[in-house]
Amino acid sequence: MLRPGLASGRRRPSLAWVGTLPFFAYTILFLFLPAGEVLVGALKSVHGGWTIGNVQQLFHHPYIDAYKTSIEVSVVTALLGAVAGLAIAYAAIRDGTPRWIRSLLTTFSGVAANFGGIPLAMAFVATLGTIGIATQFMQNQLHINIWQGYQLFTKTGVEVVYMYFQLPLMILVIAPAVDGLRREWREAASNLGASSWQFWRYVGIPVLMPSILGATILLFGNAFAAYATAYSLTSGTVNLVPILIGAYYQGNVLDNPHLAQALAFGMFVVLAVMMLLYIPLQRRAARWAK
Amino acid sequence: MGEVRSRRFIAPSAVVWLALGCAYFFLPLLATLLFSLKSAQTGKCCSIASYTWVVHNGQFWHTLRLSFLLALETIAVSLALFVPTIYWVHLKVPRLRPVVAFLALIPFVVPPIVMVVGLLNFYRGAPSWFYGKPWGFLVAAYVILAFPYMFFALDAGFRAIDVHTLTEASQSLGASWPTTLVKVILPNIRAAALAASFLTLAIVMGEFTIANLSAFHTFPLFLQYVNETQAYPAAALTLLSFGITWAAMLSLLFVGGRRRAAQPVAAVR
Repeated sequence: MLRPGLASGRRRPSLAWVGTLPFFAYTILFLFLPAGEVLVGALKSVHGGWTIGNVQQLFHHPYIDAYKTSIEVSVVTALLGAVAGLAIAYAAIRDGTPRWIRSLLTTFSGVAANFGGIPLAMAFVATLGTIGIATQFMQNQLHINIWQGYQLFTKTGVEVVYMYFQLPLMILVIAPAVDGLRREWREAASNLGASSWQFWRYVGIPVLMPSILGATILLFGNAFAAYATAYSLTSGTVNLVPILIGAYYQGNVLDNPHLAQALAFGMFVVLAVMMLLYIPLQRRAARWAK
Repeated sequence: MGEVRSRRFIAPSAVVWLALGCAYFFLPLLATLLFSLKSAQTGKCCSIASYTWVVHNGQFWHTLRLSFLLALETIAVSLALFVPTIYWVHLKVPRLRPVVAFLALIPFVVPPIVMVVGLLNFYRGAPSWFYGKPWGFLVAAYVILAFPYMFFALDAGFRAIDVHTLTEASQSLGASWPTTLVKVILPNIRAAALAASFLTLAIVMGEFTIANLSAFHTFPLFLQYVNETQAYPAAALTLLSFGITWAAMLSLLFVGGRRRAAQPVAAVR
């Protein structure tokens, strides 16, 4: 097809982009200007001048601890989610598993990955809380007392609950890559005398690695950005960065409003670094996809 | 020797993993159901008092209605913003498609908690019909949250149809731009628009972060209030809320056919 500009015989500067103005205007008004406000606010002092004091404070107690806890929770749930999610996805896709299990798992994962926030926290309170059904069952019927229920309202509990949306997200993201492991590779390895372990060590895992790492980064970001679940579960007592930011806007702590903006800016930096790691991994993962 | 025999039966390790996954998905739901049936007086099964409490609670209906109307408004604004934009980009300025795609993806990288800090600070002092009302401030933020879902669903919809031919056919029959868009294009991307709408509905009905920080009492805030005060009715409400997500996601699969799986909605966490 000819380019529209040439078809008319002469080239006029096209004004067609004007049609996209409302979209760009909306993006600037409600995305870029507020985002800019976070950056500018992070660099302003309470007296109105410029300062890097707010950002410097992020590296000191208690703010650095919040970042540490946030990153720890995100890393732990991302790694556990990645390993268990991969195992479940492979179990559903591998030879011998009926086809309907695979489609059922994808559907359930789609729903479960969307089940977050306040209802999710309550569901776990009802299950593993102090008077939760599973806690009571373990104590009264099985006489196991390792889980008392109060642990649910600490960092450990937050990690247990986050797994509920991390696992299905991993399954959704990694399933297409696991699908891409071709049967012929397994057969070729086997014909050359490789054991199942050797197949995974030298073929399976190396091929899947970029996809696994990419998915793990997605899971990290997923947990790092979460607010509602942890807030509801611990009544805002767990020391995560989003909880700290939220506490300021509910008028509890911090006398310097720019500190909340600096905290938000710090979150954005962590996620941006993760994104920069994600893009090249995505490219490598695409190499084996067909 | 040396050949991989096709498994006739499911592998034992696969059974273990699938059972573990299954238990993790369903145990909390089952426990919530049993919990919601406990009686507040005796702490024993079974009573439907929690459900009666929910149904007779005025705040429940009020906040549910508010969140639903906010979802409808968000869907309307998002569709009005995205359908003409993506149509125009596909028809006239395909060069801009990567730019629009990039912008639509940004909300994936910016967590709602960061977004709301920016919005609250930037629009402080804005007229109260905008800043002080959920119909203004919250919907403006929710449209941004819906960006990625709207773009991907609609863009896929537009790629599946021949925009040029449809537009030329419509205009050679004398239709104006608005008529073309509403009567010709929209019916052809109906499935994509519905899919995007259901995702947006799920986001808005569950969104807590932005509503909490800007202090608008939507359905998730009511849920949190009940969580803090009434354990058994909270379990009943949780199941109900899960039902809403479930319905939205299954409708999505239904209108979207088998082509795509439901995408995760990061915003509700």
